[in-house]
Amino acid sequence: MKYIDEFQDPELARRLLDDIHATVTRPWALMEVCGGQTHSIIRHGIDQLLPDKVELIHGPGCPVCVTPLEVIDKALEIASRPEVIFCSFGDMLRVPGTGRDLFQVRGEGGDVRVVYSPLDALRIAQQNPDREVVFFGIGFETTAPPNAMTVHQARKLGIPNFSMLVSHVRVPPAIEAIMSSPSCRVQGFLAAGHVCSVMGMGEYPELAERFRVPIVVTGFEPLDILEGVRRTVQHLERGEHTVDNAYARAVRAEGNPAARAMLEDVFEVTDRAWRGIGVIPQSGWRLAPKYRGYDAEHRFSVEGIRTQEPAECRSGEVLQGLLKPHECEAFGTLCTPRTPLGATMVSSEGACAAYYLYRRLDTPAAKAQEATPVV
Amino acid sequence: MCLAVPGRVLDIEERDGTRMATVDFGGVVKEVCLEYLPDLQVGEYAIVHVGFALQRLDEESAKQTLELFAELGLLQEEFGDPWETAAAEAAGSEPVEEVHNQ
Ligand code: SF4
Repeated sequence: MKYIDEFQDPELARRLLDDIHATVTRPWALMEVCGGQTHSIIRHGIDQLLPDKVELIHGPGCPVCVTPLEVIDKALEIASRPEVIFCSFGDMLRVPGTGRDLFQVRGEGGDVRVVYSPLDALRIAQQNPDREVVFFGIGFETTAPPNAMTVHQARKLGIPNFSMLVSHVRVPPAIEAIMSSPSCRVQGFLAAGHVCSVMGMGEYPELAERFRVPIVVTGFEPLDILEGVRRTVQHLERGEHTVDNAYARAVRAEGNPAARAMLEDVFEVTDRAWRGIGVIPQSGWRLAPKYRGYDAEHRFSVEGIRTQEPAECRSGEVLQGLLKPHECEAFGTLCTPRTPLGATMVSSEGACAAYYLYRRLDTPAAKAQEATPVV
Repeated sequence: MCLAVPGRVLDIEERDGTRMATVDFGGVVKEVCLEYLPDLQVGEYAIVHVGFALQRLDEESAKQTLELFAELGLLQEEFGDPWETAAAEAAGSEPVEEVHNQ
């Protein structure tokens, strides 16, 4: 009761839940790919409203979390230079690099600025022709098109003092890597809705077929998630491995063609390291050769920086759905949002942070209390 | 950062050869690039991510989502002051969010 009353439409939520309860006959493990979905799930206790037989496994879909330590260290190095104005989205400020973060670099005198849009960084470059302006370009397929457009604009307008530190990642190769792992338990996917708003659904049929999993495009509001789960479970119970769209109000099959064309023009696909996971082939973008002049790594010669992630942090397993955050020994003790060991604890979309914020009483006593049915 | 927020187009203009709009996100007004949704019109709603309109949305779903985001404090997260949040975290107070499921 206590959870469902907080839904935007409790009546509809109840109907969806009843339907899920009535459909499930066997245990199923579903992975929600997007970190925004993870937060919605934990915040609303959706995982606890579902039948015991339906388990939600959290996926790697938080861009802040998967940005490798090495890239953070490159960002810190560039941001420390006196000639540089370093622009970033706000949620990168407290992501730990080796020994410090962007927030500290600013405290030490670095000119670090937070922007809402990458175009703001371009404007700062126009206004400060005697400085070098660098934008920290991270994110999945939703964020990549805005960043691509910004580099395109920089070239079109001939702005020489702008460059981008690019560390973009792509979802489908991550799904492929997760499914290819021998310890993988995932049987169905809730695909990230806003990634599909841009990319459409064209990359999924092949994956669904090859790994025999249903993939259901899902939004991240609570009711959207319930609907995504409902459809995934229906497909599983019927033995179907189809691609389905439970977020039709924002996702069209072809995605956004203009954005996809720009991605193809500005970026090229490359292997990328994911924090805690390691290199996933073809899982990222870097600037295409004709835009190399805008590559901050090259401009500031930080290509050679190599760093090692701390061994205590098990975020790689968390990001692949092999470990729940509270099963990590450091969770809530050595590692808190105040003293994060891994990016999954510091990012507002990270799984460890979600558990810490909304499930902080995840102790034996709290579990006993939770055992009381909530529906 | 991954949040994409629905907003309503208030007006549209060309700037540096680029189609830009002023967009209202339930009270917060921001500049948004329309290059990826070039036929979006004044009064229409779209999903906006880091200053770019990415997909059209009907009015009803847009309004519902905005209401929900406001209720959950997500708009504050998206448009609030990240320096304040970072400073609060660095100073040792916990992130400002409420524990929701009490
Ligand atoms: S709780 Fe902290 S140390 Fe453990 S996996 Fe999460 S971020 Fe890493």
